[in-house]
Amino acid sequence: MTQKYQAQIYVTLRPSVLDPAGTAVQSGLSHMGYTNVDQVRIGKYVEVTLNADDEDAARQQLDRICDELLANPVIENYRFDLTGS
Amino acid sequence: MKFGVVVFPGSNCDRDLVWVTQGLLNQPTRLIWHEESDLSDIDVVVVPGGFSYGDYLRCGAIARFSPVMQATLDHARAGKLVMGICNGFQVLTEAGLLPGALVRNRDLNFICDRVPLRVERTDLMWTQGYQKGQVITVPIAHGEGSYYADADTLNELEDNQQVLFRYCDANGNATPESNPNGSLNNIAGICNRQGNVLGMMPHPERASDQALGCVDGFALFEGLLKARPAIA
Repeated sequence: MTQKYQAQIYVTLRPSVLDPAGTAVQSGLSHMGYTNVDQVRIGKYVEVTLNADDEDAARQQLDRICDELLANPVIENYRFDLTGS
Repeated sequence: MKFGVVVFPGSNCDRDLVWVTQGLLNQPTRLIWHEESDLSDIDVVVVPGGFSYGDYLRCGAIARFSPVMQATLDHARAGKLVMGICNGFQVLTEAGLLPGALVRNRDLNFICDRVPLRVERTDLMWTQGYQKGQVITVPIAHGEGSYYADADTLNELEDNQQVLFRYCDANGNATPESNPNGSLNNIAGICNRQGNVLGMMPHPERASDQALGCVDGFALFEGLLKARPAIA
């Protein structure tokens, strides 16, 4: 009997990769008066709903999905939260 | 020498390449739709520029799952020639045929310009039409062309002389000012360790026809027709 799971996946640039878009947003915030903002890094948020036998199986499959497609390990890291319904 | 130019939904430099290889170079050339998987008749597979599959998720990320890319992987593994230009370079890195990745340009702009490149190495099919250290001018047109690789990969690329083209000034100096997009080590084009797979952000096919005012890219295509140089 499979169960439905919801994953909230966060894909972020690896710390060593420059994020010019984040830097531009930080500069914008600074112009708005938020001069205490040290750094902005912009990533991606992906919601995936999947059916799996149990939570372990769901996590394993999500790792593969992230490694193979949703994140490029050369430049990105990922993590996800998983909730069952 | 038979050329095959891959066509993904969203490719837009495919016809320009056919114009060069068939129209100017007079070589048999066919367009390869992305659903095809038989490349046995092709000598050089060219992955063109454009916005394959809308560049959804990341540039080149979806394209690598197409049947034609699986066949291109086999083609490359057999030691045959594969070149990726612009979006094609992004696809080849996503597919793992070339190391590193192409990320957002340093200044966030989409850059459409003609830039000087220094030819780093001429003992490969791709560059044997040039002189070592020669400065050529080739158009670039990209928003995500900043070459990135981790420090170890970058060292490996340099140690193995896999950088074929570098952004430079008019005198051939690879300076920070002559780096249009923030690419590490001013990298504009690289090859794999074996040398049979080339990826470059600049567009040699847009600098091949005299009518466009610049022909510095044509020697790359002409060089492919010469005898294969002995690998040094």
